[in-house]
Amino acid sequence: MALSSGQSKRDFYNRCMIDKTQASVATAVADVPDGATVMIGGFGGAGMPVALVDGLIVQGARDLTIVANNAGNGETGIAALLKAGRVRKVICSFPRQADSYVFDALYRAGKVELELVPQGNLAERIRAAGAGIGGFFTRVGYGTPLAAGKEVREIDGQMYVYESPICADFALIKAELGDRWGNLTYRKSARNFGPLMAMAATVTIASVHEVVPLGDIHPEHVVTPGIFVQRIVEVQRMEMAA
Amino acid sequence: MSYQRLSRDQLAARIARDMPDGAYVNLGIGMPTLVANHLPLDREIILQSENGLLGMGPAPVPNEVDFDLINAGKQPVTLLRGGSYFHSADSFAMMRAGHLDISVLGAFQVAANGDLANWHTGNADDIPAVGGAMDLAVGAKQTWVMMEHFTRDGQCKLVERCSYPLTGLACVTRVYTDLAVVDVTANGFALIETVDGLSRSELEARSGLSFVA
Repeated sequence: MALSSGQSKRDFYNRCMIDKTQASVATAVADVPDGATVMIGGFGGAGMPVALVDGLIVQGARDLTIVANNAGNGETGIAALLKAGRVRKVICSFPRQADSYVFDALYRAGKVELELVPQGNLAERIRAAGAGIGGFFTRVGYGTPLAAGKEVREIDGQMYVYESPICADFALIKAELGDRWGNLTYRKSARNFGPLMAMAATVTIASVHEVVPLGDIHPEHVVTPGIFVQRIVEVQRMEMAA
Repeated sequence: MSYQRLSRDQLAARIARDMPDGAYVNLGIGMPTLVANHLPLDREIILQSENGLLGMGPAPVPNEVDFDLINAGKQPVTLLRGGSYFHSADSFAMMRAGHLDISVLGAFQVAANGDLANWHTGNADDIPAVGGAMDLAVGAKQTWVMMEHFTRDGQCKLVERCSYPLTGLACVTRVYTDLAVVDVTANGFALIETVDGLSRSELEARSGLSFVA
């Protein structure tokens, strides 16, 4: 394509209309409704968007379905959301941990529903939703209680089970750098489910430790392109327990 | 009354005018590529290219041509500040899951129910090529078609039912031609506007179809 007369490269750069940055966590999560399905990033504490989850607790949405790898540690993040009584159902791979006592007690009391999904299937089901794929066949889980009642198919002499996509109304994820277009980088193993969840939710809200000027994230280093992110909000880095 | 068909550039400018600020847009190969030259300067519209670019910029000056940085039509392009590169599956995820707001495609035919034919003439002698056409047709939130109203031999390309092999079913939401803008509605084609001097009845007569009210 070529520039038309009167249009210069500088005009392209100077147009400054898209700005996905939010003034505060409170405004970023203000419209999460009761009954929403909310994906929450993180593997244990790494990548857990604690500031956004705390904002959601203050905001007050109830009856939530949470999609996450774990069901919370101690009394922070997802555990705090559970403790506040806001969660109806958890879709996750590994709820039980040394300090998952909040989830454990609610589950035993029948106060929270659990859909347990093998971790690779969880990641791929989220990815399928984000990529517009209507599910997939996998060998993982075939013949086990976690695949009971699911469609099966023989492919090249192996048995596979059908797994459906998991989408969400909102995704809360923790990233490292972000810009006004919503481009994101992550930090170390805190990346985990973040890029997948960003693609699978109608509204993706990312907390970042620094909002940088457009172009500061090298185009080869963008991990989540801004098209998958609707809001970013800068939060202070917090020390996380494992 | 006499009327003038829109030139390709006028048609491209007409389409660009309807793109909202902040839209993520893919411009198909061929005529839709021209829309990039007419994007309104008071809006920020982010172009996606199926070969793995978001934030595609204009053609480079000759000494900055880099053949590792091309668009879907294999022409050298640039990347705007804030743009990014990614692999093909991520690129097509952007289309297939509805992350793109608008896909603009060329067409052989568009049917009144939104069916699109743009990848194959159906002639046995023609070598078929589909590329990203089917992904772009069904994935975006809105699929717009940019085409001439009539073929060279005078056949209307807005049809009751496509005779060419289909690219996607009921996927087109709006058609921009050199004579008119037409929406695809549940009841058929609805006329939005015609070029100056062309009446609705004359266009209906020449097109061999009637627009819904």
